[in-house]
Amino acid sequence: MMTIKTTFLAALAVAALSTGLAGAAMAQQQRDPAYAAARANGTVGERMNGYLAVVGEGSAELQRMVADLNNSRRRAYTGDTPEGATLEQYAFTAGCIAIWRTEPGEKYQAPDGSWQTRVAGQPPMRDARCPPAPAR
Amino acid sequence: MTTAKLTCGAQRGHKVPMQEPWMIPMRTVRTMLVAMAGLPMLTGCVTVNAPAEPIVIELNINITQEVIYRLAEDAGNTIDDNAGIF
Repeated sequence: MMTIKTTFLAALAVAALSTGLAGAAMAQQQRDPAYAAARANGTVGERMNGYLAVVGEGSAELQRMVADLNNSRRRAYTGDTPEGATLEQYAFTAGCIAIWRTEPGEKYQAPDGSWQTRVAGQPPMRDARCPPAPAR
Repeated sequence: MTTAKLTCGAQRGHKVPMQEPWMIPMRTVRTMLVAMAGLPMLTGCVTVNAPAEPIVIELNINITQEVIYRLAEDAGNTIDDNAGIF
């Protein structure tokens, strides 16, 4: 009986883990190829305020893409911000999580405002107010 | 602000000697000169000079750790539900 229960729990854990991994992979697939490429090559980075920014000069096309994505993000934040919270608070919280979820090689904004490259095996430098390990 | 305006140029009370009505007494002239000289100073009392740089209001002061912790789960869901733009 005990063994059955343990096996069941283990199966459940594996299922949850694979769902999570599949979710992360799906998120990457859902990105527009141009956006995915800009993240990967570090021309677009995650800001602390929950929005994207062009890192460095950036073409007019890239600027426009980032502006469009940020408008979409603002819409999403606006629709989901719970009662009693402000858009800025909600966006900042999402920024904490988005920076946490950056992949190695991607750019993010550190608390001092500088652009940093995410390094494999190292947590990103985030604002002290960010949750230590945000829910995935 | 109003108080400063009212009291800024105020002077102490003083006695004025009797004068012939047609005379402009020296004392009055002096007072007027002093008052005119004091005008820029008086304006200085109520003028606020705008800074050269734009005024930036720091919005982050409203974002406390407590608020972020409370919003974290919802914000994570927002990201998951809009994976294409995150």
